[in-house]
Amino acid sequence: MIETADQIFVLLKHWLVGLLPAGWQPVAGVVLSVVAIIAVFPTLFALTVWIERKGLGRMQNRIGPNRVGPLGILQPVADAIKSLIKEDIVPLSADAAVHFLAPLVLVAAVFMGFAVLPMGRNMTLVNMDAGLLFYFAMGASTELAVFMAGWSSRNKYSLLGAMRAVAQMISYEVPLLMSSVAVVMMTGSLSLTKIVAAQNHYTWGLPHWYIFTPWGFAGFVMYAIATTAETNRSPFDLPEGESELVAGYHTEYSGFKFALFFLGEYLAMFSISGLGATLFLGGWSAPFSFLTWVPSWIWFFSKLMLSIFVFIWMRGTLPRLRQDQLMNFAWKFVLPLTLLNLLVAALWRFLGEGWERWVVCSAILLLAYVFMGWEGMRRGHLGPRRYRYAE
Amino acid sequence: MSLVFYAIAGLTLAGALAAVLLKNTVHCALALTVAFAGLALLFLELDAQFAGFAQILVYIGAVAVLVVFAILLTRGSETPKDGVYSRNWLAGLVIAAGVFAVLGWAVLESARALPHETAAPTVTVLQIGNALMSRYVLPLEIVALLLTAALIGAVIVAMHEKEGQK
Amino acid sequence: MLGEGILRGLAETARNFAGSFVSAERLTTVQYPEQRIAPMEATRDFPFLVYDGADWEAGLRCVACQICEKECPPQCIYIEKSKDKKPDFTGKPQFYPARFDIDISVCMSCQICVEVCPFEAIKMDTEFELSTEDRFGGLLLNREKLAKPNEHYHKIHPTEAAEVDARLAGEKAKADAKAKAAAEAAAAKAAAHVAVPAGTEAAPGGNAAGNPTAKPVEEESRA
Repeated sequence: MIETADQIFVLLKHWLVGLLPAGWQPVAGVVLSVVAIIAVFPTLFALTVWIERKGLGRMQNRIGPNRVGPLGILQPVADAIKSLIKEDIVPLSADAAVHFLAPLVLVAAVFMGFAVLPMGRNMTLVNMDAGLLFYFAMGASTELAVFMAGWSSRNKYSLLGAMRAVAQMISYEVPLLMSSVAVVMMTGSLSLTKIVAAQNHYTWGLPHWYIFTPWGFAGFVMYAIATTAETNRSPFDLPEGESELVAGYHTEYSGFKFALFFLGEYLAMFSISGLGATLFLGGWSAPFSFLTWVPSWIWFFSKLMLSIFVFIWMRGTLPRLRQDQLMNFAWKFVLPLTLLNLLVAALWRFLGEGWERWVVCSAILLLAYVFMGWEGMRRGHLGPRRYRYAE
Repeated sequence: MSLVFYAIAGLTLAGALAAVLLKNTVHCALALTVAFAGLALLFLELDAQFAGFAQILVYIGAVAVLVVFAILLTRGSETPKDGVYSRNWLAGLVIAAGVFAVLGWAVLESARALPHETAAPTVTVLQIGNALMSRYVLPLEIVALLLTAALIGAVIVAMHEKEGQK
Repeated sequence: MLGEGILRGLAETARNFAGSFVSAERLTTVQYPEQRIAPMEATRDFPFLVYDGADWEAGLRCVACQICEKECPPQCIYIEKSKDKKPDFTGKPQFYPARFDIDISVCMSCQICVEVCPFEAIKMDTEFELSTEDRFGGLLLNREKLAKPNEHYHKIHPTEAAEVDARLAGEKAKADAKAKAAAEAAAAKAAAHVAVPAGTEAAPGGNAAGNPTAKPVEEESRA
């Protein structure tokens, strides 16, 4: 019974595919999985839009939208209809082909990332040996789409926004990869299903998730920062900040193309949160050993939505970082800490089991963080702003 | 030589041709990106997963972005007045044909020279990692040194510019 | 320590989030248009003309001095003076505006017209739900639409209206007192002239010199 609930989607797929003739079955299987992903994640996107608006409203001491449907639940539907019926304006001097292709390339690259995420037991679309590498390769392609969008609009604000966005994405790509490499190092494989399987053990009821280790916790924090920057989310949303650059690289997009950019951003958020859950939070494994009866895909999506809620929380709390501040932060703070994290992960492995490795590794990471933070504050790079007045 | 191979090869060639024949420089860069993607697909068709994904990650994610940044920050985005074809195109064509002939001969010779493999060898990332760390560790370190030198050089150039502005 | 501020900020928003479900007075918005927040007393939107009494035409305080028309920065007021006069609240005959138009699509609510009006005739209203589908005439308010009673002024700006009423009452009292004094002086003069012919035979020249009105002298001299 529990087994059925856990594997219900896999069984459903096998049954549907079995209805077709044998020659069509492999293709049909893949197509069915793809259709499932294309159906589920945009629906989740609509739900997230609603959650975000209501959540942000509540954090700002106001109720969010509550007119369209009970509690405003149909607001995403209203937004979708609005974006579909709006006029699609393309500037006269814009590069028409590139302008048209940019949102398509973005959404296509982002959708590809979902192919390797293990959404449940046996629920990975393509079980690749180098799954993590594939994911990051697709993530790198989104930068090009952002640049295409900014360039083709023939608008200096769009171009500036695109350049800032690409610079930001490249800067935070390195900490993102480095914090994932620590996980790969400890697991010994690039395959995401193997990474989840390595975390799916329990000691005294508690799981072996990597976040519960010193290097895993530090890695997770840095992964979260890098993720927020990669998806252009607050506080790293300078490229699309309304008060800064109108709308950055998607200024000249209206109607459905803008909706595609919006969709692309949120889908990127989902897939990268899913990857974070897989790498550090144990993917589809349950938090306690007595909770393994709950289906695995429920755990995966709960962790995903928890990450999304933390994103929304950060958006409602933190002010925007300036371009030079976020670049400084990436190269001078996060990157050295990720390199140290790699060292600490190796140390963790070679110190062997026991309490010594906990103490040593935690001490090294904590000291490094405190020292670098203190140094950054002293020099004025981080921390509250210091004013210099004219004499 | 299946249908998939011909399709991918056609895509790569089309991208490469567009990269040299188009007038707008940014369009050329994007067509080059398509050619890179075609190469990556060829690697994947041959089951070399690591090579294919590394190709996408490095070439499309970094090199293509570098190329477009270079076009942006210089004035290369304007269409050259004299047209895109150089005057001594015949010499260029001859040299390119010569290089292609040499490469083609080498590839075909190697297919004849190497022993026949019945099944395609599966090279896992683990094997690549092992090889890098044991047999090819010296090239790895030299490449790392080269990259560090490039990074330091870039920082020095940028620092000099900043000092020059002051 | 680094990151402390961020954690404090996150705690604050978490408190806001949880609190917004629990206590309704935390919320800063209302369900407009079913509920409306009462505007503050100093709210100002667009001008209106004050009239005293029941009849808006007779009680309109505006005397068409056209100062507000001249002082209005975007020049959104258009006034046409009348040809005849009607008495104002002190009884003095004044002109009145035959036409008084304000184009509220131009008006910028700067309140300069209110500040310069010597007759407390134009004040700022608090009405903002003035959107209309009539693109050309809907936002051009004429005299009739602008005229609102003094009771309305009291309702929207009680302190100001009380002050204005006190001032106007003071002026009216002063004007009344002056009129009464003038009337008493005139009556006293008339009584003095009536009482005088029985007694004194003042010389016409002396009388004429002292007395500005020539007629009683002639009557006296004739008598």
